[in-house]
Amino acid sequence: MCLGVPGKVVDLFERDGLPMAHADFGGIAKEVCLAYTPEVEPGQYVLVHVGFSISVIDEAEAQETFKYLNELAQAAEAEARGET
Amino acid sequence: MKYVTEYRGAAEAGQWAELIRRKTTRPWNIMEVCGGQTNAILRFSLDALLPESIRLIHGPGCPVCVTPIEMIDRAIALAGRPEVIFCSFGDMLRVPGSLKDLLAVKSEGGDVRIVYSPMDAVALARQHPDRQVVFFAIGFETTAPANAMAVVQAARLGLTNFSALVSHVLVPPALRAVLDSPDCVVHGFLAAGHVCAIMGIEEYRPIAREYGVPIVVTGFEPLDILQGVAMCVAQLEEGRAEVEIQYARCVRPEGNPAALARLREVFEPVERKWRGIGPIPESGWNLREPYRAFDAVRRFGLEGMTAEEPAECIAGAVLQGHKRPHECPMFGVRCTPESPLGAPMVSAEGACAAYYRYRRRAGDAPGT
Ligand code: SF4
Repeated sequence: MCLGVPGKVVDLFERDGLPMAHADFGGIAKEVCLAYTPEVEPGQYVLVHVGFSISVIDEAEAQETFKYLNELAQAAEAEARGET
Repeated sequence: MKYVTEYRGAAEAGQWAELIRRKTTRPWNIMEVCGGQTNAILRFSLDALLPESIRLIHGPGCPVCVTPIEMIDRAIALAGRPEVIFCSFGDMLRVPGSLKDLLAVKSEGGDVRIVYSPMDAVALARQHPDRQVVFFAIGFETTAPANAMAVVQAARLGLTNFSALVSHVLVPPALRAVLDSPDCVVHGFLAAGHVCAIMGIEEYRPIAREYGVPIVVTGFEPLDILQGVAMCVAQLEEGRAEVEIQYARCVRPEGNPAALARLREVFEPVERKWRGIGPIPESGWNLREPYRAFDAVRRFGLEGMTAEEPAECIAGAVLQGHKRPHECPMFGVRCTPESPLGAPMVSAEGACAAYYRYRRRAGDAPGT
């Protein structure tokens, strides 16, 4: 039950005084409460848990893990070619 | 799907595993705190990718598993009342109470409903002004902001027929309980990324310092977990004990300020009993005044209800990493997901259920 699912914010609206959004989860649209990430804009991804957005996903940070692996792979290749 | 499939690549997983293998010079025991991580580790057989000297220990971070039996009994008592609509996350319906579970109450005619969000329970209370709607507010810090908002919204809307059976639990006191246990074998932690997305990392620094354990705030996809292990092993091998964030795409060091402000307004720390572990001081949240009017325990006078856990379930030892699920004599014999004896056999995030699902044959179990 603790899963957080990344969804893409499609549009914003308000209900009963709460900021809300429609978000897209791999083709499935769901309503998400934005009370805890009111700064989010359409097109951004949020992490959603039990109907609430709990964090705006940072695109640049998301790339880091792959960047590191790429560098690692390049270093390994260089090593294999005897360049180090 | 973005931010999901790209974190499941086999080639990258192999790269991380290779990196971990090269860094590891001695045996290390690393506890993943969160049940969602436990599930991913078993589902994707991540433990099999790791060198033998790295042992992953499954921690207490499944709210379904640690909700105390007397809370289940209270839920069952409430759900059986004719005026009550009892709303719960689906996982809780099969958790055994002293005599039965919520599913049994439902089949006996109790009005038990599965909700996806606590706001669904608020909506039900508006639709049914003649009924009492009770929401089973369980979960760790991840779920607490949503549950807090349900109570705040009920107050704003002036709903007198909504209440919450609150059984919130907190991660840091549980880590201390694990570390204080005399037979603790944990060298480092993968902390729960979603919890820290809300709470930030400040409260973890003193734990890392006092106990000399590295804590890496880690996500839930296979590559997140492998990178978290790599970061934890690097700290252990270098003799460091710091708090680091692997899950930086979702976790800021300060947490989520809007959620934190709301949590402070709605909840106060209380002693909480953990199923299989026992009471831990200041390890849970309950409603603070003026929101106590929405406390189902108070509204329905359930303070006196307590219960003993069945002795044959060794969930406490499993949740603290002293025993593995298949080492329980009941595992797969008298305890299965269809007929669970203890709570960790219920939710997919429970260690026993995850082992049952992915490692039924004892020979498959790693580290045996
Ligand atoms: S296998 Fe069943 S009885 Fe044994 S510890 Fe797990 S939940 Fe309890």
